[in-house]
Amino acid sequence: MGEFSPALIVLLGGLLAPLVRGGLLRNVFMLALPALAGAQLFAFGLGEYGNYELFGHTLTLTRIDGLSRMFATVFLIAIALNVVYAWHVRDRLQQSAALIYPGSALGAVLAGDLVTLFVFWELAAITSVFLIWASRNRRAFYAGMRYLVWQIASGVLLLAGVVFYYRATGSLEFGHFLDSGLSLTHPALLCIFLAFGIKSAFPLLHNWVQDSYPESTVTGTIVLSIFTTKMAVASLARGFAGVEALVYIGAAMTAFPIFFAVIENDLRRVLTYSLNNQVGFMVVGVGVGTPLALNGAASYAFCNILFEGLLFMAMGAVLYRTGTIKGSELGGLYKTMPWTTFFCLIGAASISAFPLFSGFVTKGLIISGAAKEHYFWVWLTLLFAAAGVFHHSGIKIPYFAFFAHDSGKRPKEAPLHMLIAMGVSAALCVGIGVAQLFTGPAGDPLYALMPFEVKIEDAHSPYIAYTAPHILVQLQILFFSGLAFAVLQKTGLYPPELKSTNLDSDWFYRVPGRALLSWTAGATRALWRLSWRLFTGRVERAMERIYAVHGPEGRLARTWPVGSMALWTAVVLGAALALAFIA
Amino acid sequence: MNLMAQLPVLPVVIPFVAGALALLLPKGRAPWAWATFVSWLSFLASALLLREVAATGPVSYHLGDWPPPWGIEYRIDLANAIVLALVSGIAAAVAPFAYESVRAEIDERQSPYFYAAFLICVSGLLGVTATGDAFNIFVFLEISSLSTYALVAMGGRQDRRALTAAFTYLVMGTLGATFFVIGVGLLYHATGTLNLADLHLKLAGQHNRVVEAGFAFILVGIGLKLAMFPMHLWLPNAYAYAPSAVSAFLAATATKVAVYVLVRFFYSVFGLDFAFLGDALTYVLLPLGVAGMFVASLIAVFQHDVKRMLAYSSVGQIGYMLLGLSFGTREGLAAALIHLVNHGLMKGALFLAVACVVYRLGDHRCAAFSGLARRMPVTTWAFVLSGLSLIGVPGTVGFVSKWYLLEASFAAGHAWAAFMIVASSLIAVLYVGRVVELMLLREPPEQGPLSEPVKEAPLSMLIPMWALVAANLYFGLRTEFTAGFAEQAAAALMTVSGGR
Repeated sequence: MGEFSPALIVLLGGLLAPLVRGGLLRNVFMLALPALAGAQLFAFGLGEYGNYELFGHTLTLTRIDGLSRMFATVFLIAIALNVVYAWHVRDRLQQSAALIYPGSALGAVLAGDLVTLFVFWELAAITSVFLIWASRNRRAFYAGMRYLVWQIASGVLLLAGVVFYYRATGSLEFGHFLDSGLSLTHPALLCIFLAFGIKSAFPLLHNWVQDSYPESTVTGTIVLSIFTTKMAVASLARGFAGVEALVYIGAAMTAFPIFFAVIENDLRRVLTYSLNNQVGFMVVGVGVGTPLALNGAASYAFCNILFEGLLFMAMGAVLYRTGTIKGSELGGLYKTMPWTTFFCLIGAASISAFPLFSGFVTKGLIISGAAKEHYFWVWLTLLFAAAGVFHHSGIKIPYFAFFAHDSGKRPKEAPLHMLIAMGVSAALCVGIGVAQLFTGPAGDPLYALMPFEVKIEDAHSPYIAYTAPHILVQLQILFFSGLAFAVLQKTGLYPPELKSTNLDSDWFYRVPGRALLSWTAGATRALWRLSWRLFTGRVERAMERIYAVHGPEGRLARTWPVGSMALWTAVVLGAALALAFIA
Repeated sequence: MNLMAQLPVLPVVIPFVAGALALLLPKGRAPWAWATFVSWLSFLASALLLREVAATGPVSYHLGDWPPPWGIEYRIDLANAIVLALVSGIAAAVAPFAYESVRAEIDERQSPYFYAAFLICVSGLLGVTATGDAFNIFVFLEISSLSTYALVAMGGRQDRRALTAAFTYLVMGTLGATFFVIGVGLLYHATGTLNLADLHLKLAGQHNRVVEAGFAFILVGIGLKLAMFPMHLWLPNAYAYAPSAVSAFLAATATKVAVYVLVRFFYSVFGLDFAFLGDALTYVLLPLGVAGMFVASLIAVFQHDVKRMLAYSSVGQIGYMLLGLSFGTREGLAAALIHLVNHGLMKGALFLAVACVVYRLGDHRCAAFSGLARRMPVTTWAFVLSGLSLIGVPGTVGFVSKWYLLEASFAAGHAWAAFMIVASSLIAVLYVGRVVELMLLREPPEQGPLSEPVKEAPLSMLIPMWALVAANLYFGLRTEFTAGFAEQAAAALMTVSGGR
């Protein structure tokens, strides 16, 4: 197939997919695409492929190095898993978008220059919105519109940044931006940084994730949760590795969504907050910028796509079978959905970084990376966030969906194809988690994929996951986080269960921790709402004014009498004459 | 007589003579077949001419062998060769398309008159472009305008508002032509010549009120013809109520030719040595161009009628060309010329798609576009792709235009202009997106006359439409014909006018 880009295989395949007749045949066709693209990716090996000329610049469609290979590999795995998970879907629009959008994200990850990056960046933005609209209701439509505004803003910023960058440096190369000699405060880099920041959902730029992802369909949400943010992380890792601001931004990202996740009732929305928090870990890794931390960030993204996807899949299966995803309406599903429960627990254990699961191996790399560079407060925040993750994703999700009080719902087990997709994800989570125990740290297959060479100097190397201190620290975090949950739960204080608040809770309301928790969440939310209302109020008033003038009945759009048209012509003529005489 | 030696005059003469002959043909299919054949012939001649000019440089042709500056000279350089190719190319696409569309919208007894007027209009526009004589420009401008008024008025069978639109267009168009001829008369008074190249030589160093007034009259006269904001008011109704095929042809060519005339007078006749030209660029073209970009685009957002929406969008797009011109630099001029061609391609394709909808549903209001993807998928995708081109999505000609405009604004040191271009492109996203959303995501109407099942448009309409869509994509990737030629043309014009 020559130098044909793996991204284009998926993308063009996605365009052709709706033309394939027959549900089964189309599914098989769709499954063949990531396989084909994967074969092409590894047939290439490291290097640059598919150079093309545009406006006198040589652009690179496919650049495979350690970083892009790692992201591309997991993207392709995720695409295949999504196709299996969505085997029952017969909606051509959705099926097509579920390939074109990941294909575009893949293209962006593999892009070797800024123009190619921009093209795929925009394509991913535009095609992904169809997954939100695929719900085909008004709520989803408006959520999609708001989502599109953010995504297009990111694209426009990127374009502006690229143009500024080109003017400042004369280069369209997509490498480390600070190597060009520009500082981060240069408008070009600021624009690009913000563009990346929107897509990776930096704090205060994050709201589109929670707003739109849960509005998509059962399968669409899973696809959405994987690609956009990870594409942004990959771009940050390539362009802004070692930028110190990212460490603090990332640390804030890991911490703040926890408050929201705890009080949120919609379990898929809880996962979107968890998504923010998870990307925060990766951003910290990118910000630290040492080979260790970057390896950590990339491999954490790799594992996160699998276990976060697994959690989304499990919640999707619950939604598919029960029709609701509200924590307060669910519970007791383990009785009839044992396999889904089991896989969800594996996902929960992985995201919480239990020993023997994939999160344990990779999250440690980021946290050690931060510690080694002496970011003490960041390190503490990360530990706090790690505890928070266990709290909301590790316990809350499976607990409220499958255990808690019995909702009386007795849905059927998830369909076989969903179980297969979840099963494979779960197997990969466990497999990555335990691989080291069999192969030894040096032979870990995940390490072989990492962007930087893995060097294990001594017995204290963070690459050796299974050491007594690492396991102990992790278990302590998990234990106390679990304890906190148990106490809140036992006292009936846990937000989704507020209906069953008993007398004891009065006392607990006065506990400062609880007050602070709800205050922090409440204040941030109020501030956000206020600024949003101010903003939308302004926009609405501005729109009304614009409509009054430009609308079909407005002064500017009316059909004018010939006399006034002539009058305007005379005005322009007068001005032109005066101008010509003065000049 | 060597036919190739007559090449510069052929694109103009063929449709002119053929237009008169079309009147003699019986009603029905014959006038259409004749018009199609002739417009292809004319396109062929223009294409050969473009190739020759690109290879060997400007060509001069003396009508009746009278040497200039006494006789009329046809002078073809790259700038007008491109415009000739655009105009005759659009005519060659619209003519085959027109048969079904015109049969549905116009009284069959009028078909010989329709095609005669169409060919004469083509000939007039080509004549304006080809000629090197100021008064000849006026004559051809009137030839094309008069036939256009008739063509627009023929929409009266579908919608009586076409008659008032045509009348308004007639009054305003005549006003524009009168101003232009007054301007030309003043220049003639000052120099005693009408030949453009000769005018340039004799005008040099003349700083007097006559020349200044001549310039102002020509600027405003042509400004009216090219629908410069706020003199665009005749355009939306004329385009909205004309027969669909006529709208497509006019939107893609008429205003473009006027822009070309403005460029020709600015750079080949006056030149940048005149201070008033620089002032006109900065204080007339720049503000009016930017105002048009925003005001007309915003109006387009709220239109209920897709044809009117596209018409307002045209006014906005003219704004981009004026903005490019107003920089007064080689890059800006090149960007304006590139957008001139590219906008012709995208608006032509869009109006043809609307014509397909009108053919099947008999309506060009937004309601007709609801759920169109299920009813007329081929037409829908033609609209979507050319709409993306209008927005400026990479891979289409629209992107090439925007790219050169942005480059030109930076090169001219106007970073804010780049911001304006991007911002008004976002408005284009809104108005195109609105229709695309209707077509792709809504259900077809369930009641009323629009709810009846419809078929896809016939092949004779789909093929020309997709040819233009394909041109949008092809020239979006291969830029040597559009951007390459336009840059050379701009460089040549700049040398004459004494700019850099």
